[in-house]
Amino acid sequence: MTAMDGEARAHAPLAADAEGARPHRDGAGRSAPRDAATILSVRGLVKRYGTQAVVRDLSFEIRRGECFGLLGPNGAGKTTTLRCCLGLVDPDGGAITMVGEPVPQAAREARIRVGVVPQQDNLDPDFTVTENLRVYGHYFGIDRATLDARIPGLLEFAGLAGKARASLRTLSGGMKRRLTLARALINDPELLILDEPTTGLDPQARHLIWDGLRQLLSQGKTILLTTHFMDEAERLATRLAVIDRGALIASDTPRALIDAHVEPEVVEVYGDEARAWAGAHAGDLALRVEVSGETAFCYARDPRPLLDDLATRSGVRYQHRPANLEDLFIKLTGRELRD
Amino acid sequence: MNATTRKILAAPSLSARFVPVWRRNLLVWRKLAFASLLGNIADPLLYMLALGYGLGTFIGNVGGMPYIAFIGTGMVCQSAMFTASFEGMYSAFSRMHVQRTWEGIINAPIALDDVVLAEWIWAASKAVLSTAAILLVIIVLGYGHTWLAPWVLPVGFLVGLVFGALGLVMNALAPGYDFFTFFFTLVLTPMLLLSGVYFPVEQMPPWLARIADVLPLKHAIDLARPLLTGTVPRDAALHVAVLIAYACAAYHVALVLTRRRLLK
Repeated sequence: MTAMDGEARAHAPLAADAEGARPHRDGAGRSAPRDAATILSVRGLVKRYGTQAVVRDLSFEIRRGECFGLLGPNGAGKTTTLRCCLGLVDPDGGAITMVGEPVPQAAREARIRVGVVPQQDNLDPDFTVTENLRVYGHYFGIDRATLDARIPGLLEFAGLAGKARASLRTLSGGMKRRLTLARALINDPELLILDEPTTGLDPQARHLIWDGLRQLLSQGKTILLTTHFMDEAERLATRLAVIDRGALIASDTPRALIDAHVEPEVVEVYGDEARAWAGAHAGDLALRVEVSGETAFCYARDPRPLLDDLATRSGVRYQHRPANLEDLFIKLTGRELRD
Repeated sequence: MNATTRKILAAPSLSARFVPVWRRNLLVWRKLAFASLLGNIADPLLYMLALGYGLGTFIGNVGGMPYIAFIGTGMVCQSAMFTASFEGMYSAFSRMHVQRTWEGIINAPIALDDVVLAEWIWAASKAVLSTAAILLVIIVLGYGHTWLAPWVLPVGFLVGLVFGALGLVMNALAPGYDFFTFFFTLVLTPMLLLSGVYFPVEQMPPWLARIADVLPLKHAIDLARPLLTGTVPRDAALHVAVLIAYACAAYHVALVLTRRRLLK
């Protein structure tokens, strides 16, 4: 399946499309954003349920053309933050401006120019693939002719060109996800919001989604992505924010965050003797050691003493690698389970 | 009262934005229209034939008309009531909770108020469809040959608005499909038996008849029965007003409860 690369670019989903259904395409002059380069601005966002604060004084900004990753463990407040941005729930404090519109005051106007891929599929099971796109387009007030012109390109983009008349029940999980992505593009949005877009997909299906998202970025779309998959964030996000318990912990480019918070080299040690070895020796050889289950994570600037020592041991196996986002994430949010 | 509470209690917003959502439901219905219409016609037809001809032989005339005509005119309202209730409860619950269709729609530039309005009007529209189906059956059986008969269609719409809204109240409160049984047992069945569908309300003891007087279905039947037998209903304005009042009050409650459920 290579539907999303190569030739598909020639049929870029909406490139050939007329100006027709972009009612509020250019906000200039109307309610011009303070900073036209900022497509979403969240300032001091607070959301409480009862006495519990699920979002606490959260601030971040997304610039046009970037892919911004919102990372956090389950229950960190990612979805609540997105719901506030879309104007579906009213925050208890703070200010949000999306595509130049104040939210929640002008949330509907803002949503005209935003596409959403929800965490759980909510495609219409009674409709065919094409009907799903067309009916959704009508919610944006887009006329039938514009939709009929636009849908083939979107199906091509989603790798569903041969499935236009297929019933939803015949689609695989990955196909449904791609259709949901295509549906989110029906209004040619400036900003695409994806809430855990690849959760539950197999590796092949995830790669297809990532290819599609990269293609959209190359066309100049802006993406806001929540995920708890670090490889996904590392591949796609130009900048990211790590949130936990509703508060921002760190925000920067992935590389800068790793450099700032995590030692550059990691040696993972596992096997029957790993715990004993870590207790006896690792402290002297590494700058920082974390033991989780049967694995010891040793963080260092210079890994050679560690590797030399491990080479002489039996009963342990090890793997040396550069620090990645997962190390950062664990460092910032801890190892304990979240539900 | 804080801003969120005020927003949840606010008056309904009525906007033409409900139309594409209403059309979505129509499109789905069209795919299953045959089965749906068959149910709309066959069910009441069987009741009318069995009760009308079977029981009717023993009973003779009721309220000045053959029993089958009497029961047919009650059946029009009963069917509108069941159709709209079913749509407001089971179908709306599928779209709201099971399929998450509403969630998808409110991510587009459509507000929850628009979605609930669409469901309400849709439930009433389906009530009109079932009213029309039974009207057809009544006419085929040789009754209801009067120029006033088509006026039961708007009555069916009003009944649909009342029970569609009550169904949506239940929908907003439901943890699952089983919850709707309460509405059938505690509301619809007593309503059916007290409102004069199967026998005239005048047969009941006065205190029970007085209870019937406040039930919306009774007012609908007081409109539909004369219309189908060719007389202009007495106190038509009062009956229409009662139905509209029930519909609007129930709709506002449904909307407030739905906002509370989904916009937190």
